[in-house]
Amino acid sequence: MMKKISGFLMVALLVSGMLVGCTSKSALENEKKDKELKVGFSLSTLNNPFFVSLRDGAQKEAKQKGAELIVADAQDDTAKQASDVEDLIQKKVDILLINPTDSKAVAAAIRSANKAKIPVITVDRATEGGKVLSHIASDNVEGGKMAGKYMLDQLGDKGKVIELEGIPGTTAARDRGQGFHKALQGHNKVKILASQPANFERAKGLSVMENLLQREKDVQAVFAHNDEMALGALEAIRAAKKEIMVVGFDATEDAVKAVKKGTLSATIAQKPEEIGKQAVDISMRASKGEKVKEFYPVSLKLVTKK
Amino acid sequence: MHREMKARDLRVSWLQKMGPLAGLLLIIILLSTISHDFLSMSNIFNVLRQISINALLAFGMTLVILTGGIDLSVGSILALSGVLTAGMMGMGIEPWLASLIGIIAGAVMGSINGLLITKGRVAPFIATLATMSLFRGLTLVYSEGRPIISDDYSFVIMGQGYFLEIPIPVIWILICFFVLGFILKNTPFGRHIYALGGNEEAALLAGIRTVGVKVAVYTLSGIFAALAGIILTARLSSAQPTMGTGYELSAIAAVVLGGTSLTGGKGWITGTLIGAMIIGVLDNGLNLLNVSSFYQQVVKGAVILIAVLLDRSQKT
Repeated sequence: MMKKISGFLMVALLVSGMLVGCTSKSALENEKKDKELKVGFSLSTLNNPFFVSLRDGAQKEAKQKGAELIVADAQDDTAKQASDVEDLIQKKVDILLINPTDSKAVAAAIRSANKAKIPVITVDRATEGGKVLSHIASDNVEGGKMAGKYMLDQLGDKGKVIELEGIPGTTAARDRGQGFHKALQGHNKVKILASQPANFERAKGLSVMENLLQREKDVQAVFAHNDEMALGALEAIRAAKKEIMVVGFDATEDAVKAVKKGTLSATIAQKPEEIGKQAVDISMRASKGEKVKEFYPVSLKLVTKK
Repeated sequence: MHREMKARDLRVSWLQKMGPLAGLLLIIILLSTISHDFLSMSNIFNVLRQISINALLAFGMTLVILTGGIDLSVGSILALSGVLTAGMMGMGIEPWLASLIGIIAGAVMGSINGLLITKGRVAPFIATLATMSLFRGLTLVYSEGRPIISDDYSFVIMGQGYFLEIPIPVIWILICFFVLGFILKNTPFGRHIYALGGNEEAALLAGIRTVGVKVAVYTLSGIFAALAGIILTARLSSAQPTMGTGYELSAIAAVVLGGTSLTGGKGWITGTLIGAMIIGVLDNGLNLLNVSSFYQQVVKGAVILIAVLLDRSQKT
């Protein structure tokens, strides 16, 4: 009995202590940062190096420009993201940056921000509902073009190539493919023998490439809409004992290793820090009343052995 | 008693048997006239090697469906067994032992399904829907969401090697095919599977240990899925935590295309192999013909529908 009571007292003490601590701290902050812009950033996950770099980029920019950045990690949980956004609205942020865990599920959260009259900017992934001021993400079209240009360079402007497409109907597949085709346009000595879907999967990349190699004995290069398919295609090429250049997209850990080893010719990397930096930069410009564009594409970079 | 039941339930009419085969032959003839590369020896082996994963899953699925059940967790079992095997090898364990551990893991997962369905009285659809998520989650936990590389030569040949010019995965499916065919036709266990799917109460009254048969069937499905996972890992030289996602649907499609009834009690393993071939040949042919990605899905859906409708019209 005594134990129980003392335990209860301990908890009560702890809780009240925490409450006091919190209130005094936030009161202080409110006084100090009255003039600073308060930016809320709801991230899909921090359990992925990509988003950690994205946050770091945003934090750096906020520090430099003198804005307060409040980051919430949804841990890839759509429900948690919804409550994260609610919390940020309660904290009266001036502007909301949202990196959706899911394009559809996030719409409700964005609508509640709309209701609270807090402008929303989506980052990396777009939303399928609610009103947003702007969207910031990697320029997949530009990335596809970079891959195409690199390939033209390596091929010396002539050769036969195969394209492995992502899941039909996804923006990434559409944009990367579009950029790639744009780059190859007008180069008449480069021929695309086949464009086939392998659904962004390694196993499918392997089997589709196996199938295509049955038909095409003379291929010089492959462009895959992501690294997984590129690495699958490499397995098929190795098994067929052929020498074919493969270019991927995303610069995943495995792919960068393969580039260093020389099996994968190149891959396209996003710049997460840059995305985070731009997100904060655009929030600040928007809050000053500057007109902002609907979409800000962030550039990518080519990763090769050299 | 058992024998009479077998005679009634095993009856897959001659026409029904010819349906899937005729469909396969039709697709093959069609594709070989349009594409010159289709009927080459190397492409035939290529297709057989590619269907090995789906065929193994579909073999296990056939047993499960024959008892009137379903196993949605096969894709997840494939993935968990694959990453476990690759992970064990990464820790320096011999490839054969790591593979054995993977197979045992598959058997354990399958028996969990079986126990949930029999002792736990959960409907197969729900039980395996839950374990599908559970095993996939464990796969992600174990692999930390990252691919595990496994390029040990003696392991990789299981998926990439040849034996007397025949791809080793093809040998695996042939062995499994003959063993299963024998079990289903010539052993009491095989007859019990048909009896159970035909009429569970009658089977129980006839003294068949239905719980034991069901658990065994789901365990076998887990073992086949694990074997598929190991072969896929060997083929890719790495285990992906996301591999096998959606494979349960292809496996079910192969079983149904082969003429096995989804309500249980009726079907045959040869039909399933033919069903898996239909799907494999179709995938291969669409690639060879460079059909656009949007139309591919239309064609696949249409072929499955036509095949099943043809099967229907023969039965009535």
